[in-house]
Amino acid sequence: MASLLGRFCRKLVVPGSAHGSRMVSTTSCDSEAVKSLNLYSAINQALHIALETDPRSYVFGEDVGFGGVFRCTTGLAERFGKNRVFNTPLCEQGIVGFGIGLAAMGNRAVVEIQFADYIYPAFDQIVNEAAKFRYRSGNQFNCGGLTIRAPYGAVGHGGHYHSQSPEAFFCHVPGIKVVIPRSPREAKGLLLSSIRDPNPVVFFEPKWLYRQAVEEVPEHDYMIPLSQAEVIREGSDITLVGWGAQLTVMEQACLDAEKEGISCELIDLKTLLPWDKETVEASVKKTGRLLISHEAPITGGFGAEISATILERCFLKLEAPVSRVCGLDTPFPLVFEPFYMPTKNKILNAIKSTVNY
Amino acid sequence: MSLSRLSSRSNLIPRPLSAAISRLISTDTTPITIETSLPFTAHLCDPPSRSVESSTQELLTFFRTMALMRRMEIAADSLYKAKLIRGFCHLYDGQEAVAIGMEAAITRKDAIITAYRDHCIFLGRGGSLYEVFAELMGRRDGCSRGKGGSMHFYKKDASFYGGHGIVGAQVPLGCGIAFAQKYDKEEAVTFAMYGDGAANQGQLFEALNISALWDLPSILVCENNHYGMGTAEWRAAKSPSYYKRGDYVPGLKVDGMDAFAVKQACKFAKEHALKNGPIILEMDTYRYHGHSMSDPGSTYRTRDEISGVRQERDPIERIKKLVLSHDIATEKELKDMEKEIRKEVDDAIAKAKDCPMPEPSELFTNVYVKGFGTESFGPDRKEVKAALP
Repeated sequence: MASLLGRFCRKLVVPGSAHGSRMVSTTSCDSEAVKSLNLYSAINQALHIALETDPRSYVFGEDVGFGGVFRCTTGLAERFGKNRVFNTPLCEQGIVGFGIGLAAMGNRAVVEIQFADYIYPAFDQIVNEAAKFRYRSGNQFNCGGLTIRAPYGAVGHGGHYHSQSPEAFFCHVPGIKVVIPRSPREAKGLLLSSIRDPNPVVFFEPKWLYRQAVEEVPEHDYMIPLSQAEVIREGSDITLVGWGAQLTVMEQACLDAEKEGISCELIDLKTLLPWDKETVEASVKKTGRLLISHEAPITGGFGAEISATILERCFLKLEAPVSRVCGLDTPFPLVFEPFYMPTKNKILNAIKSTVNY
Repeated sequence: MSLSRLSSRSNLIPRPLSAAISRLISTDTTPITIETSLPFTAHLCDPPSRSVESSTQELLTFFRTMALMRRMEIAADSLYKAKLIRGFCHLYDGQEAVAIGMEAAITRKDAIITAYRDHCIFLGRGGSLYEVFAELMGRRDGCSRGKGGSMHFYKKDASFYGGHGIVGAQVPLGCGIAFAQKYDKEEAVTFAMYGDGAANQGQLFEALNISALWDLPSILVCENNHYGMGTAEWRAAKSPSYYKRGDYVPGLKVDGMDAFAVKQACKFAKEHALKNGPIILEMDTYRYHGHSMSDPGSTYRTRDEISGVRQERDPIERIKKLVLSHDIATEKELKDMEKEIRKEVDDAIAKAKDCPMPEPSELFTNVYVKGFGTESFGPDRKEVKAALP
């Protein structure tokens, strides 16, 4: 898996788009210093830089002081002090509400929710307070400095409450942004963008990749733009759209499909809300087919939104119905996880049936 | 292969033990009065007396069941390290006195609901070792049919409402159960258990307010093992006196390592709750293992602290001393008992290992009542089937 992810680093392609080239401009790896890092180290680096460059930024959450349960916040408390990096009691609603207040005073609050499965007590604060603050105060107040980080996604043995992908719930809330990185390099740039973005952002980190993904990450301060999707693999027969850890699975399916003569174009959405419709539209107009894959259950998942939008925009160019390969409509299971997950073979089958429609 | 039941209302069904002990358990109900090691600290109520009524029978049962619980948790530890148990495993060793003492004071009609550290409470409610290990290993014969795992043990016939992963979420549920009990005039109470970490959740205070407002027979039990995962209580709570957190709700602080203190407190709480509404019990207890199997348990506390508690306050040692000092059994008899317990646990594990995994079709069952939830039910709770013309 690590070697496959190494490929992501070299894909800095800018697709020809009707709107001119507006794509990824991450600096090339050659001249700057890079280091081989895994996901949690890249996030750790991003947090160090964020706190260093903005004296009014804070990191808090459950157990972040000693480094956090995934080591993402190691060294922060020692370096920046307990006044800026501190632990909170076990109260997600309180933590996020507190973060909103801090952000409303012009600070950058980087809140950690220990697992995305625990974010629901804070759902009211995020939806009703954070997302609507600027709107309802007529732009007098805002909590743009708020960034909520949470590890999400399956990990192989997580069961019901350590594996959920709740991104779809948050994509339904205008006023916040939802960002999901796919690799260490992306994570560092996207996290820095999210923290500095003047809107509240919910940043989901694929926990499966915390240790598994290793990549060359530039050591300097860099940002990857939000709301810009990236074509990480060019192709001509079918467009695949995904985010986070699922992209690794999709990449493998693309390789297998290539052996059967199907050329797949793979797009990393990166930001789910507001999402880059133009890039996906341009790609689907080229290939005529679309497949979306995510771990969250299929009904009401974010794939449904992408499917509906692309249908509206590309109806006459579509050669086959939009395919969604997603988690099943059950609670995230315990021993049945391998059956539940949208695996490479499920994606491959869907690619083939879409292409042969 | 079932554990001897601990209901105080029914006769004890003795396990096949060495002749001497089985004689003692089945015939000797000599009453004994035991003094709790520490006095109770009360908030807005009068503390119960330190003298606890017990019997030789009960003393031995306490010892046996706690030793069984301890052995079960240690065995679960090894199974986890052998990767037979996957996912998350939160062990209860050190806290057995709370489970045992509570069971001794209540009936199976009283409900218990707890968080994820539920293996021993399940056992105390009458669950069998086989069901425990089968569920831990995700097998078909587990108490939740293999679909719950370590954190989701349930036993409906013993009013054990589980087994919850989300911290603090079980407390409002417990108060709801208490409401139903009051409504049904069952003269039963609900023990809603949570930890010191969960004590800072907002929903607890909402549940307390509702319980106090409507005089519900709910007893909130805070199992204070002083660490919310890795965070010491003084770092998470402005007031670590969890028994006082109810403000207008009375509370009692109990030495949770003393099974008799727990028994007395639960008995007192039940009487109180049936008459006056909610009460909080804070059990001052300790866990030897880390928060879960992924936590070594030594990064946030010293090994000296752990071994200190083990030496001075271990609940099983305390009962053992009482058994020996009251001449109920000899050292050797107790050792034999422990050997039998070991064997019992090993047998249960072997049997559970042979149990098959659930059928793949079980992935889709019980999401809704039936199928995809598209069925309809009428006001009489019977399914409605449309008749086409």
